[in-house]
Amino acid sequence: MSEGPRIGVFICHCGSNIAGHVDVEAVEAYARTLPGVVFVQRNLYTCSDAGLSEIKRAIAEEGLERVVVAACTPRTHEPLFQEACREAGLNPYLFEFVNIRDQCSWVHMQEPEAATEKAKDLVRMGVVKARLLEPLEEQEVEVEPAALVVGGGMIGMTAALNLAERGFAVRLVERGPRLGGLLLRLDKLYPTHEDARALVAKRVAEVEAHDRIEVFTSSVVSEIKGFVGNYEVKITSNRQPATGNQHSLRVGAIIVATGARVFKPEGLYGYDGQRVITQFELEERFRTGGFDAERVVMIQCVGARIPERPYCSRICCTTAIKNALQIRERQPHAQVYILYRDTETQGTRYEAYYTRAREAGIQFIRYSLRHPPEVTDERVVVYDELLGARLGIPYDLVVLSTPLVACEDARELAQMLKVPVDEHGFFLEAHVKLRPLDFATDGIYVAGTARWPAHLEETITQAYGAAARAATILSKDRITSSGVVARVDEALCRGCSRCVEVCEFGAPSLIETAPGMKVARVNPVMCKGCGACAAACPTGAMTAMHFTDEQVTAMVRAALGH
Amino acid sequence: MGEVLVIGGGIAGIQAALDLADMGIQVHLVERLPSIGGRMAQLDKTFPTNDCSTCILSPKMNDCARHPNITLHTYAEVTGLEGEVGDFSATILKHPRYVDETKCTGCGECAQKCPARVPDTFDMGMRRRRAIYLYFSQAVPQVMTIDPDHCIYLRRSKCGACVLACQREAIDFEQKARTVCVNVGAVVVATGYDFFDPRGLAQFGYERCPNVITALEYERLVSASGPTEGHLLRISDGRPAKRIGFIQCVGSRDVRHQRFCSAVCCMHSSKQAVLAAEHDAGVESYVFYTDFRASGKGFREYVARAEREYGVHYVRSRVARITEDGNHNPSIHYEDAETSRPARMTVDLAVLATSLIPRPTTAALAQVLGIEMDPYGFVRTEPFSPVDTTRPGIFAAGCCRGPADIPESVMQASAAAARAARFVGRGNR
Repeated sequence: MSEGPRIGVFICHCGSNIAGHVDVEAVEAYARTLPGVVFVQRNLYTCSDAGLSEIKRAIAEEGLERVVVAACTPRTHEPLFQEACREAGLNPYLFEFVNIRDQCSWVHMQEPEAATEKAKDLVRMGVVKARLLEPLEEQEVEVEPAALVVGGGMIGMTAALNLAERGFAVRLVERGPRLGGLLLRLDKLYPTHEDARALVAKRVAEVEAHDRIEVFTSSVVSEIKGFVGNYEVKITSNRQPATGNQHSLRVGAIIVATGARVFKPEGLYGYDGQRVITQFELEERFRTGGFDAERVVMIQCVGARIPERPYCSRICCTTAIKNALQIRERQPHAQVYILYRDTETQGTRYEAYYTRAREAGIQFIRYSLRHPPEVTDERVVVYDELLGARLGIPYDLVVLSTPLVACEDARELAQMLKVPVDEHGFFLEAHVKLRPLDFATDGIYVAGTARWPAHLEETITQAYGAAARAATILSKDRITSSGVVARVDEALCRGCSRCVEVCEFGAPSLIETAPGMKVARVNPVMCKGCGACAAACPTGAMTAMHFTDEQVTAMVRAALGH
Repeated sequence: MGEVLVIGGGIAGIQAALDLADMGIQVHLVERLPSIGGRMAQLDKTFPTNDCSTCILSPKMNDCARHPNITLHTYAEVTGLEGEVGDFSATILKHPRYVDETKCTGCGECAQKCPARVPDTFDMGMRRRRAIYLYFSQAVPQVMTIDPDHCIYLRRSKCGACVLACQREAIDFEQKARTVCVNVGAVVVATGYDFFDPRGLAQFGYERCPNVITALEYERLVSASGPTEGHLLRISDGRPAKRIGFIQCVGSRDVRHQRFCSAVCCMHSSKQAVLAAEHDAGVESYVFYTDFRASGKGFREYVARAEREYGVHYVRSRVARITEDGNHNPSIHYEDAETSRPARMTVDLAVLATSLIPRPTTAALAQVLGIEMDPYGFVRTEPFSPVDTTRPGIFAAGCCRGPADIPESVMQASAAAARAARFVGRGNR
């Protein structure tokens, strides 16, 4: 019985890598017995030029309509074999890979007979799947070579400038009335003690002078539609009284750089904004000349590293050191105490900065949550963990170091972008290790404290990094989708939106085909072919192409010997 | 369209190369060792997700090898750089592998026949490899290399077992070092870091006590691809380690050695303690630290989980010295910061979190490139132009510019790519 497509099977020795542990001749003989298989060949290295030529020759001369290669891993070699098929005129999705190296010879090195039997099973499964393979088409979409940057602080501006300098148009949206962000309200920057506003002013001037950057101040993003390469964005003015001004833009990529805000310690340590203030308010006093104190006590981790906010805000130790040094510079005889839990001064620069503070005579006292400091009218009472004693420190001013917390509107923006935030409201990247600036949705990136509290040095790094990530999209004229995507049978779809809910990439959406009739459509460029929607679909309308129910069921039946 | 030279094939160099290549820029990626992958390839798992390091790195390595815009120059180094930003001319010296890269498939048949045994540097010398070897199983490229210092044929013109074993006729003892010149618009330096040699701190007993090991040796020990196939065994007698002490700041934050903080050790030791508990729920782990630094994303939560769910003990202390008893059990002598009293704890295994230091080879490279180093010997950068070196057109990413964890290195790599692309990019559209 050889109904159906003509299948060719190529079995690779991989030198001795496979052939040393799997009886490849037995696998070859077995493959010849499988229904539909009209051609079988063993190769010392199927991936070599000679091996690839054999595949192409057999497609032409033996009239192969499906190709199965039993060799190593699709991770490294699938594109190579697919390309050989394509060159010989066969749709590359009519190729099936069977991994008899990693899954047979490597893991069952000590049991060659079992490894050989397993290789036969896998080849049988590959062949039944190959019979059912369908040719698939890849789709192309054009890319709009422009970026949207949300947030006009130092980070948004830095990212915007880098992209503009590379030739891309940039739309920069800032919710406040002017560019500059949080840095406008700081005094000096650590560890160089440069003037914060001078640095920002320079960047603002560069942005405003750049003819490829269009700035929208007092504006917010009100709507985002579309997908990688082709986002449609609406920007609305938030000026009061409302002007109703709205702009519609098309961009290929989006960078989120909306920053964070400083936690206000209402009700903690007698915070009153007068004698007990925040680091932020201290810097305001420096700027306005309103600082006057001889005895200053700083308390770290106010509102941070506690059960309701367990994270460390990363920048508060260095901020306290900066302001302590500023106080000493203004008043060399001032006494400054920093009550800390752990000094977070990692790396070269910040450890040196900590050393500099100690050498300048700043007193560091370690406390723990078991005995938190108490602020009375005259003194701060603290249990010094290193000394093992209670101290009472008289003060003129208490300065509380409070963490950065997520902006209130972050969640709203996240919903519009269909990207996640973490439990603290910070934007959640695609992968914490290797994709720290990407979202799972293609074409959207994050930088700065909207992602997590970080030193300015680090957030500037992120700004450039996000610009690079966005440029990888914007540099392309068009984006090609894989053929392995989800497909909807509209006759079966009842528009329940389960697929929309489970998709991490925003690929399916519901469209109205007739009044009251909704069906799902999948954007192939956004679809990663993961199959989550196909698994979730209650009616079987959604199919993961190349892994259809029919194909997978046939493989399972073949595995079980049916 | 210009080209960019990326020096160093660890995670930072890989990320920079991929970002540049995906922008349509041609990249020359130069790696000193036979394979790209760098330090990350040697790690077992990564904090704070406990992702298998190789499993997430290996796809990126393969992407580099497959990318039409990336030319890999492994087992090579940069020996010259002329010109200026936008128009550099770089000289790459390619060491002979004595194996034809275009023929070898890395099948390893040659290594099975090679009679020479050599300590395996990838496994920190805890295992032996042959003189012809694949740098590690997931090496990219999958090509064998002959170690000229240990190959019997290259030293005495006898043997040639590998020649007979190779069915692809890939062995080529006539191969010579050769140089390649490339024109590039910009350079990214990503040469990584080395570890402080704990023999410089004799009180910690490294080398004197067999069961005092470094953190990187521990990574290989718990790795399924390591010398013990992932079994947490003592080096001295192969017995399972049931009580482990992790010593922080070995060489770091120390005026006699490195004044700086190595930035990653608090977290990697926590991870290593968690891994110990995952291997064997009965293992007790103690982390001896001075300040506990965990301000990265999700780090405090990870440490809380290590303490709560895995029973990891954190001991604020300063370790004075390590001795051992007659059974080679390390004895950790420390001052307990809670009580300000000296104390002692005997463990099965002591793991030293040695500091991350500049690579000696980076200093020589800096000379070639004409860039300045910082006072510690890392590549000098400024806080608010964080990936720019002192020479226009040359950028730095990853631990060559100071200790950094993997996500920071990746972000710096992308940043360096953005800065470099500026000088070779499409310019005015």
